[in-house]
Amino acid sequence: MSDWSPSARQLEREQVAVRLRRRRGLTATVVTVAFLGLLVLGVTSSPGWPRVRETFLSWPDAKASFPAIRDGFWVNVRMFLLAEPVILLIGVLVAVTRHTISPWLAPLRVLAVAYTDLLRGVPTLLVVVLFALGIPALNLQGLTTSFFWLTSAALVLSYGAYVAEVVRSGIESIHPSQLASAEALALSRAQSMRYVILPQALRRVVPPLMNDFVSLQKDTALVSAVGVTEALYAAQDYGNFNFNYTPLLVTAAFFVVVTVPLARFTDWLSARARRRERGGS
Amino acid sequence: MTALLEVEALRKCYGDKVVLRDIDLTVLPHDVICLIGASGSGKSTLLRCLNLLEPIDDGTIRFEGREVSDPLVDPRDVRRGIGMVFQAYNLFPHLDVLDNCTLAPVKVHGMDRAEARERARERLGHFGLADKASAHPDSLSGGQQQRVALVRALCTNPTLLLLDEITAALDPELVGEVLDSVRAEAEAGMTMILATHEMAFAREVATSVCFLDQGRILEQGAPGEIFSAPREDRTREFLRRVLPAG
Repeated sequence: MSDWSPSARQLEREQVAVRLRRRRGLTATVVTVAFLGLLVLGVTSSPGWPRVRETFLSWPDAKASFPAIRDGFWVNVRMFLLAEPVILLIGVLVAVTRHTISPWLAPLRVLAVAYTDLLRGVPTLLVVVLFALGIPALNLQGLTTSFFWLTSAALVLSYGAYVAEVVRSGIESIHPSQLASAEALALSRAQSMRYVILPQALRRVVPPLMNDFVSLQKDTALVSAVGVTEALYAAQDYGNFNFNYTPLLVTAAFFVVVTVPLARFTDWLSARARRRERGGS
Repeated sequence: MTALLEVEALRKCYGDKVVLRDIDLTVLPHDVICLIGASGSGKSTLLRCLNLLEPIDDGTIRFEGREVSDPLVDPRDVRRGIGMVFQAYNLFPHLDVLDNCTLAPVKVHGMDRAEARERARERLGHFGLADKASAHPDSLSGGQQQRVALVRALCTNPTLLLLDEITAALDPELVGEVLDSVRAEAEAGMTMILATHEMAFAREVATSVCFLDQGRILEQGAPGEIFSAPREDRTREFLRRVLPAG
């Protein structure tokens, strides 16, 4: 290895490669800048632009509404931090239940199927409203009437159904030979699921699962429909009072700031898991 | 000596297709039974029936004196005493080599975790895999993976080992290392039933060879008889195709 020095032909090739790479980079930059420039020009030269700038891009209004939205967003954050682990738990339990074979669990299997069918069929917004208005109307002793908890429960149940289906598809994607070799080792059905199938299935469904969780973070804004003062509600409140909708964009920014890094983080997590399994040690 | 495994009139169908019929087989302790025959002759299916991975359609299987084809027998009880290695290794990709080998001893056989790890390390050492204990299966060569699968099957101390064409998916230069491991187990007295295409190996280690043809054991005998003086035309024809000329 040490006595190798690149041939004249190789050096020439490398020079050409550098030149080609530079040209490609330049082209990409010019095209992107031109495209974005045209887009901005198109929007700002529209006839209604001055009006839009005034009502949606007002810096004073952004500043004035910021504290209320920040406080409201804290409600969204608490809601999804609380909901996500519970949703994951429900999703896994429901998915695993559907794969049991014991006759004793037959009622649970029926329940699991009915639950996923029903909750995936009904719009999330409707579930939120039904929970917030319907459950207090039952006048049950000892049950909370806090809209925060009721709407959180609605989101949990609604998303639990989606996540259950994602986990189930993961379970079904594991090759039957894995179950066969687990069974050949005399593992019980439950042990095979717990130690062999589920760990592989969950790893495989991390990307779609994260998709659902990002979606949930946004859907915490749905609870504004029943008047929980989260970020969107605070923004609308400001807008309705001051006839300025800049706070809506501020709210959007809050959501983006949280969801984009989370998406990158999960990409990194799954890449690391892949490296560990393939790469060695 | 009492038989370890007795199969009588076993029949297996997939839909209308009969894949095993009238299978009679007796396996004594320390026997090494080689199943040979063309692809689709039923070798793999027979092995999968023996540890109850496949339900059978008629006949009986007795293992250690008990009829295990009885629907009231818990298949797990039977499989605790039978190890199996598959053609495609089927290691668990999310677990490292040591965890692959200790999962069943700890979870099924209730062995102490530290002890299970100790024994697995020892076995891995015997099979030349001492430095691979913390590797994940996908980072190993096919031959190494198959030897790990063999260790995994042996770690539960089975009384019978089923090997399903375990060298069929390997590159030719890796076949030898796996067969060496199997040979060592055979010499140590392990009772085995193996489906194989390695005729020279079968001839060397088998105590008895079964030639399967269209779901039947057409001919069974000592390797010397089967390979040198087969009784049936079909056996002769098969051997002519798979054995090197001469």
